[in-house]
Amino acid sequence: MNDLIKTLVEAYGPSGFEDGMRDLIRPLVEPYADDITVDAMGNLIVHLGPAKAPADGEPLKVMIAAHMDEIGVMASHITEEGFLRFTNIGGVFPHTLLGGRVQFGNGVTGIIGCDRLEDRGKIHPLNKYFIDVGATGRDDVPVAVGDAAGFVRPFEANGSRLIAKSMDDRIGCVVAIEALKRLSRDRMNHDLYVVFSVQEEVGTRGAQAAANGLLPDIGIALDVTGTGDVPEARSMNVSLGKGAAIKVKDSGMISHAGLVRLMRKRAEDAGIDYQLEVLERGSTDARSMQIAGPGCAAGCISIPCRYIHTPSEMVDAADVESSVALLVEILSNPIDL
Amino acid sequence: MNELLQQLTEAVGVSGAEKEVRRLIRDLIVDHVDEWEVDTMGNLQATKRGTGEADFRVLVDAHMDEVGLLITDIDSQGMLRFDTAGGFDPRSLLGKIVQVGPNKITGVIGARAVHLLKSGEFNKVVQISAMRIDIGAKSKDAAAGKVSVGEYAAFVTPYQEIEGGRTAIGKAFDDRAGCAALIELLRGDPYPFDLIASFSVQEEVGLRGAGVAAYRANADAAIILECTPAYDLPNKNDVSPNVALGKGVSIYVMDRGTIQDPRLVAHIMQAATSNNIPYQVRQPGGGGTNTAAMQRVRGGIPAATLAVPGRYAHTPAMMINLDDYDHIVQLADAALRSLTLETIRRS
Repeated sequence: MNDLIKTLVEAYGPSGFEDGMRDLIRPLVEPYADDITVDAMGNLIVHLGPAKAPADGEPLKVMIAAHMDEIGVMASHITEEGFLRFTNIGGVFPHTLLGGRVQFGNGVTGIIGCDRLEDRGKIHPLNKYFIDVGATGRDDVPVAVGDAAGFVRPFEANGSRLIAKSMDDRIGCVVAIEALKRLSRDRMNHDLYVVFSVQEEVGTRGAQAAANGLLPDIGIALDVTGTGDVPEARSMNVSLGKGAAIKVKDSGMISHAGLVRLMRKRAEDAGIDYQLEVLERGSTDARSMQIAGPGCAAGCISIPCRYIHTPSEMVDAADVESSVALLVEILSNPIDL
Repeated sequence: MNELLQQLTEAVGVSGAEKEVRRLIRDLIVDHVDEWEVDTMGNLQATKRGTGEADFRVLVDAHMDEVGLLITDIDSQGMLRFDTAGGFDPRSLLGKIVQVGPNKITGVIGARAVHLLKSGEFNKVVQISAMRIDIGAKSKDAAAGKVSVGEYAAFVTPYQEIEGGRTAIGKAFDDRAGCAALIELLRGDPYPFDLIASFSVQEEVGLRGAGVAAYRANADAAIILECTPAYDLPNKNDVSPNVALGKGVSIYVMDRGTIQDPRLVAHIMQAATSNNIPYQVRQPGGGGTNTAAMQRVRGGIPAATLAVPGRYAHTPAMMINLDDYDHIVQLADAALRSLTLETIRRS
């Protein structure tokens, strides 16, 4: 699976600029799909019909969402000397920036510098950082105001610990792709839509449109969540390597209690490691799915991740495996809430 | 004199009380559209049927509401307390003349005369909760005879053209400039597709009319016409200037609420280039428009935003450049006429 992870996490795709990601994922899921569509926002929607429709009524419409986009930056001003000031795309923390590298959609690489620090005990706000693309003046800057850049950092595997710039949420995409691969179609009796969504990092916007279009009965997001297992961490009962995290609550959603119960039961019955997640800050595409149209039963399988929204996000391969297994179990059985 | 801008900016339509400006716009467009309706929120939505050459629908939006004040209480001396509808810097309010309620009762937002200020008070900002509108009433009863709690107040700013007629001053160019441009589009020849014009309410209090309007329009793409703050005031540092007055139509790429559809943005820039219409990329970052509410209704639609740069937004007196205004009409028209299904549909 590491080859797939490496391919996805090293690719460019800040929110709003996911075309390359979509082109990368589409051929990987095509063999498993009945049909594939791309909606107006750019969500890649992979549809699999049920093996057999239930005797009484319609199959459940299930939407799975993993977002293709990653946080990034956007050039907002070019100085006469040829430096780029920039704004954030999604939750970019200024203290993670200095000395980092970014790449624009046209392949241009830049490094991030900042105005002179008067006081080393303080962190500059975002508007005091700049990108140096090696230009000598405004006229030879190879990018324009409005161009987006993603962070650059190679994938590393330290044993089972996997590190990359955009585990959030390429690892969720990996879970979705692996689940599609492992799913036995003759056991899957739902009307399934696996959505590789756009613009999650700027406010779960792609999933909002996709869910408004699909109006699912069940919505499950696949996304990373924080952990409480590093020094002086905010207390949180999720650790790397202890299994898939079944979200109970985050700051944007309270998971459907019945769906949480069902997820736990599927995990316990199949002997899959899991932990319960209460995330105090942050949310996922499940938030948008839950309140789209007339609303749906929403939940989230989270992959525990350290150092979220830094250039080195870390997950554990065992948790990824557990998440895939749990999703396959959920989709292969009745979802009776 | 641009009579359209004069009529539109001098009309009153604070968020939530857009009736006067809605009626004005209705009268201005009624002979140029095939049908119109007002929805429960108060959005005015009109359809200009296309020639039938293209089988899709395009929504063009401009919000007709303006920032203003809302009367919350009449005090024992007949002075009016107020709250705001939309965002204000309190420093822009003192000493300004307002018109209150449907009867347009004239009042002034009172300021303590400089003669009466204590030395320490010069450096303090008077909060809106401490301000009053003075309508000259001698008592609470006298004031209550003319004004009711819950009525709105708008600024009184006559429209003027200065600088050889290419610079205009007025209130509420945000977003009556967009409304005027949209009216001009409706007055032109039919497009290949049906154009749904939405004059939306309650943008300034949180894009509240737009989502409803876009749901109703059920369009395949949307273009939002706005007036964005120009940030071209004197600035000695070479840091992050925003769009400037007179330098062309401001095209959005990203703001706080949206990432604009890149294909639609590219299409608009191409239309500008091939028609020699000047444009400037609006500095990505903050701000928000109806685009955020319209982009994600139903299954989502490609949406883009064009704006006239305007100085002194959300104060009683704004300034725009009329070349910029002409250019937004030209650019919106050119971009719409060359729009194809390939630009807006993904496969």
